[in-house]
Amino acid sequence: MTAPLPFDIIVLGAGPAGATCAATAAEAGRRVAVVDEQPQAGGQVWRAPMGGFPGKGDADQASGDALRQRLVTSSATRLLGHRVWSVVRTETGYRVDTLGPDGPTALEAPSLVVATGAHERVVPFPGWTMPGVIGLAAATVLLKSHGVVPGRRLVVAGCGPLLAVVAAGLVKAGAEVAAVVDIAPRSAWLARLPAILGQPRLAARGLSWALAVAKAGVPMLSGHGVRRVEGGAAVARVVVGPVDAEGAPADGPERVFEADGLIVGHGLTTASEVTRLLRAEHRFDRLRGGWIPVIDGAFQTSLAGLYAIGDGAGIRGQAMASLSGEALGWHLAGRRAEAEAARGRMAAATPFSDAMAGLMAERPAQVRAIAPDTVVCRCEDVTRAEIDAAVAAGATQIDQLKHFTRCGMGPCQGRSCADTVQELMAARLGTTREAVGQWTGRPPLRPVPLGEVIGAFSYDDIPIPTPAPL
Amino acid sequence: MSARRLHAASPRVAVTIDGAPAMLPVGESLATALLCEGHVLLRHSPRDGTPRGAFCFMGACQECAILVDGIVRQACLTPVAAGMAIALKGAS
Ligand SMILES: Cc1cc2nc3c(=O)[nH]c(=O)nc-3n(C[C@H](O)[C@H](O)[C@H](O)COP(=O)(O)OP(=O)(O)OC[C@H]3O[C@@H](n4cnc5c(N)ncnc54)[C@H](O)[C@@H]3O)c2cc1C
Ligand code: FES
Repeated sequence: MTAPLPFDIIVLGAGPAGATCAATAAEAGRRVAVVDEQPQAGGQVWRAPMGGFPGKGDADQASGDALRQRLVTSSATRLLGHRVWSVVRTETGYRVDTLGPDGPTALEAPSLVVATGAHERVVPFPGWTMPGVIGLAAATVLLKSHGVVPGRRLVVAGCGPLLAVVAAGLVKAGAEVAAVVDIAPRSAWLARLPAILGQPRLAARGLSWALAVAKAGVPMLSGHGVRRVEGGAAVARVVVGPVDAEGAPADGPERVFEADGLIVGHGLTTASEVTRLLRAEHRFDRLRGGWIPVIDGAFQTSLAGLYAIGDGAGIRGQAMASLSGEALGWHLAGRRAEAEAARGRMAAATPFSDAMAGLMAERPAQVRAIAPDTVVCRCEDVTRAEIDAAVAAGATQIDQLKHFTRCGMGPCQGRSCADTVQELMAARLGTTREAVGQWTGRPPLRPVPLGEVIGAFSYDDIPIPTPAPL
Repeated sequence: MSARRLHAASPRVAVTIDGAPAMLPVGESLATALLCEGHVLLRHSPRDGTPRGAFCFMGACQECAILVDGIVRQACLTPVAAGMAIALKGAS
């Protein structure tokens, strides 16, 4: 195996945050490598069309194309279609191991920028593991990148901006939407209106989404949530009912919608695997998506040379992701004035991003209302009752729970359930999320076929520390 | 779930699904291509054996892990290629 390729800066993630950071620093003369497992840069919001789909030709596609073009023109080395499966600290900085279409690659640099974005949170309900139930985030991928409508007649449910994006996207694509079911009462949107109106362009977009859905005559139920999904090997019916202001089921009539698919999501959680793996300091911030790395004014974590930006440093949305990438790019290039200016623009965008984050934050009461026999950990089929039983048997920390129940030990490594399980544990113990803690990050970051990785190793490559003098 | 493409599919290539010949659009995400062919059910959960299908379509949940040419792959991150042997039955 060859020695790791040397760079000044390695950027993990080529979404708005990572790609902007990489291009900015490269244009200012730094040697930059940027890695993403997707075949093209753009991240979630600006995901490029693939597999024969020409794209929707909308504003998001144009923004993504501009960023992709900027990255190509810059001197940054792009490792796309490369999954990062290992990140370690070395004496001089960080080493990153990737697996790409042509096999493994190793990189090394004194500065590592984590811009890995977010995962969607779906709070469990009976039937959520049935084929035909997919995430709101999944639906955005299908609609904007694959050009596919995922069903004949669909219920769209959950909360936050993605609910409106997906509902409008389906209506525009000519899909039959049986109902849009929003956990938030109408008042939650109104309360945030002043902050949202501070960003007229984005507010207008939100409004046009809502109008498109209303015009199509789709039933819109606010203050409602999914009670259960009925069917067998596929979705047949979605049962919804009223929820209170905290998202827990409330008294009132249920409504049943015939549908062959349910698209559902309850906000985003920060993808903090890399900073957790490196044991950087984290703190719990419900508004910003859960456990997030602690960063200073220059985006540096508690570890020297390790930075976090974009949704990976706390959910703040695309505008803030792009600005944080620009600010850090300038900062790493030693261009103080430009970095300062970008940070100033971030401050101006904060009220809007906080208003949106508020609509996407976890609702503890919703999680605490999960029924005992509902599966919480999809990988290992662990139910709420089994989690409660493990706590009753003495588990007080999230890592102990894992050994009691296997919850979080499956192939998704807790990505789908961490937030929910930690909340359930805190509820049962009558304690805080901080006291329960978070799962320790463990390699590999992503499952990789062992043969493909091992095939590239030779014994000479295994670093053996020089023996201490006797 | 009967999924529908909003565009003309890319040229199709021959693959096998559980040994039976099928034609899927080259370069499309395998999870999406299977969905459009009506394969909503991809596998069963290892512990309780409940039916599962692709859930996140972005590489996070692992629900789309199926056998492709004998290796466990996440279908949502695997582009369709000619000659793929796709196993849905038996994957868990
Ligand atoms: C599926 C989804 C859809 C969204 N749609 C919208 C939308 O329509 N409108 C909107 O305003 N906001 C949307 N959001 C919110 C949006 O994510 C953010 O506002 C914005 O994209 C954040 O940018 P980012 O650069 O921080 O992260 P992202 O855009 O999430 O980029 C992170 C990148 O890191 C890569 N990555 C992560 N881990 C690894 C690894 N181990 N190896 C290799 N690569 C890795 C990912 O592939 C991804 O490309 C969406 C979020 C999600 C999760
Ligand atoms: S559908 Fe979630 S990893 Fe593929």
